[in-house]
Amino acid sequence: MSTAVIRYIDKPHPVTGVTNAKLGTWCFLASEVMLFGALFSAYVLLRTGVSEWPHGSQFLNVPLATLNTLILITSSVTMVMSWASLMLKQFGKYRLYLAITILLALAFLVVKGFEYGHKFEHHHFPSTNTFYAIYFTLTGLHGLHVIGGVVVNAYFLFFGKRMWETHPEQFAGRIECAGLYWHFVDLVWIFLFPVLYLL
Amino acid sequence: MDHGSKEHIERQVKVYISVFAALAFLTVVTVAVSYLKLPFAAGVAVALFIALIKGSLVAAFFMHLLTEKQIIFSILAVTALFFAFLLLLPAITSAEVMSYVS
Amino acid sequence: MKEHSSHSHSASLPFWRKYIFSLDHKVIGVQYAVTGLLFLLFGFTLIMLIRWQLAYPGQPLPVIGHLFSEKMMVGGIMLPEFYNQLGAMHGTIMVFLGVVPLAVGGFGNYLVPLQIGAPDMAFPKLNMMSYWVYFMGGLIMLASFFLPEGAAQSGWTSYPPLANLASSGQTFWLLGMVFLITSSLLGSVNFIVTIAQLRADGLSFFRLPFFVWAQFITSFLLLLAFPPLEAAGVLQLMDRLAGTSFFMPSGLVVAGEQLAVSGGGNPVLWQHLFWFLAHPEVYVLILPAMGIVAEILACNTRKPIYGYRSMVYSVVAIGFLSFVVWAHHMFLTGMGTKMSGFFQITTMMISVPSVIILTALALSLWGGSIRFNTPMLFAIAFLPMFGIGGLTGLPLGLAASDVHLHDTYYVIGHFHYVVAPGTIFALFAGVYHWFPKVTGRKMSEVLGKIHFFFSLIFINGVFMPMFLMGLAGVSRRLYDPTQYAHAGSTQPLNVFVSICAWLLALAQIPFVLNFFGSLIFGKKVDRNPWEATTLEWAAPSPPPHGNFDEVPAVYRGPYEYSVPGQARDFWPQHMAKEN
Repeated sequence: MSTAVIRYIDKPHPVTGVTNAKLGTWCFLASEVMLFGALFSAYVLLRTGVSEWPHGSQFLNVPLATLNTLILITSSVTMVMSWASLMLKQFGKYRLYLAITILLALAFLVVKGFEYGHKFEHHHFPSTNTFYAIYFTLTGLHGLHVIGGVVVNAYFLFFGKRMWETHPEQFAGRIECAGLYWHFVDLVWIFLFPVLYLL
Repeated sequence: MDHGSKEHIERQVKVYISVFAALAFLTVVTVAVSYLKLPFAAGVAVALFIALIKGSLVAAFFMHLLTEKQIIFSILAVTALFFAFLLLLPAITSAEVMSYVS
Repeated sequence: MKEHSSHSHSASLPFWRKYIFSLDHKVIGVQYAVTGLLFLLFGFTLIMLIRWQLAYPGQPLPVIGHLFSEKMMVGGIMLPEFYNQLGAMHGTIMVFLGVVPLAVGGFGNYLVPLQIGAPDMAFPKLNMMSYWVYFMGGLIMLASFFLPEGAAQSGWTSYPPLANLASSGQTFWLLGMVFLITSSLLGSVNFIVTIAQLRADGLSFFRLPFFVWAQFITSFLLLLAFPPLEAAGVLQLMDRLAGTSFFMPSGLVVAGEQLAVSGGGNPVLWQHLFWFLAHPEVYVLILPAMGIVAEILACNTRKPIYGYRSMVYSVVAIGFLSFVVWAHHMFLTGMGTKMSGFFQITTMMISVPSVIILTALALSLWGGSIRFNTPMLFAIAFLPMFGIGGLTGLPLGLAASDVHLHDTYYVIGHFHYVVAPGTIFALFAGVYHWFPKVTGRKMSEVLGKIHFFFSLIFINGVFMPMFLMGLAGVSRRLYDPTQYAHAGSTQPLNVFVSICAWLLALAQIPFVLNFFGSLIFGKKVDRNPWEATTLEWAAPSPPPHGNFDEVPAVYRGPYEYSVPGQARDFWPQHMAKEN
């Protein structure tokens, strides 16, 4: 045992009522809000600065994006179910739900890939105009966040068992934090979808 | 109330399913509304309003904000405030300049 | 929780785990501090080259001039492109690679866990990662000097469209910034959680040393202000690499030809996003410095800080207000009168809490039995120096006077007074003050005082004339000021400034000697050589892995000096009874 015992890793702090990891995750998400906030701010400034701005559905595939929205909110549910299964001490179910979450995230990326490929086929690139520029930047950055989520969740899926057996409380806390991140990724898409595709 | 208890979690699971149904329904609604070709301002208002409801549902239930602690709310309140500055002040500044140009 | 006895764990680690990829906040703090000091030295060297060109434009640089490549200097004469690189990289390195890593990464990492009685930061692995991400960012910035067309040349502000069209150094600059921003974000999450969660029992928020408060607010600034610059960096990278037009207006003509870009972008967007970070960044630079000064003043006046609570409220107010003042850097972008009115008002408002803190610190001196040791001298000098820097900022915050002063040497003088004899003096004070804690040895007072007095004289010689040059209308980024009639008349001042800058460099030699010499020859000290009250002095010097012999508890506020009825003139926070 190390001499450095850091408190409130698995049990919440008596005053703040949260664990270190949870507070840290929320701080990180706060910074993510500002990151995407800046990009939305850029979108507003670019859009209000010009007289003509295309309606998203003119250029973008709304049915595919609707499908992707449904995929992502489903994955949010499976993510939270995976955490709930841990709380009910059902490790098998936890793994199942987490695996489904990862598969849905991959499905989201595949659909996104088709969308991008279709755009490139028609020679629509980020450099085509500022609409495509902001579309590719925002969805690209969101896509990177999805990939990040897949990596994190896959790590917990394949390497989580040992920690679950030794530190179950801490592990459930980690899955909750991974879930917070994943729901945030979902939340960003919930705003991206109407802003880019429907307005 | 013990948030970790078995009964509580089982109740929560039912809530998650209903939230999912609501999210799916609202997704369909927002797409359907977009085909109505509302006037621009109304379209923006409706789409953002629906997105706000969906986002709130995710935050409140999936991210457990409904039962979260004060310290998290404080951080998020500060963030929301600065987010508003970041979103609005550049737009207002540029809108004022545009009003002189036109 | 009571396992604070054996140190075998840290002793058994191999060298590279203990000193290179260490998880211990103290090692990471020292890594940050040393790297930061080296970058400060490097950034200072860059500007000394510039000072030659400004003092003696077109004359070959003696002795070392021929060491530079053909793309930098021809026959020892600096090329304009290289001049621009030096200017841009000086600003970037000093701010993002020097002062912030030293103040936040170095002092913050080392002292915050000690001052709150914690064994380490909340997330040690994240802490290590943020150092190495910062290190990578630094390497990318340094590497850019070796590109065929050299480093970034568009100023530390990197305004587009100029920066969009600049050579590949700018791409490296943006990539480096993405690393540095990520590092700061990871660090700030760690600080917030550590301060919120890991305070010792009894250490309520209003018993925190002011330094911890300053770091806490600084962390929020980093957490919430840095992401917009990361976004802006991504947008500029897209502009440069994917050919988008986020910052490129329609119909832009360069060298007589219309650019082949789609256009429709907005260059002012970059300025909004950049200054949304860069104004809070000013407070990231100054708040830890104020924290260090408060600690040292209290200890060396042997009395409590005057108005501790009002200082805490002020630092919180500064944190809030710093997010709504940014566009006072942009009055000349053709902003409307209403919004410039708004930003002028917020700018005047934020000067109030800053003045409260400065006044409280100055009043703390009154009636104290002051010990004039080296850290105290630097800390006292901070007060008038920061005062000059702050007050000269007011004319820049008002649109009418800013029209005349914008982008002149007046601006350079103003913010250097805040950052150089302000923040960097405070950081020097901190190095002298906490060196005994980190190494177990004191630094030499004689060398320290030589370092202080010469630094104080020459640094004023460097920056005071800049106000005069700025008022005469000399622009800040001129390669050869003698080419302009109005700037030519101030040329003697330029020579004076340059000589002072080189003498200032010489004045740092005692510090370097002192720093390394004291590691070996410094007088050995026990755990509390300054007879201070805060928790870091309760740990051994240097503190072992895990910091404290036993988990400390706190019984009183941070500055209980000269308490009536006490046998000794300091009453440490962790002592349950009288000492």
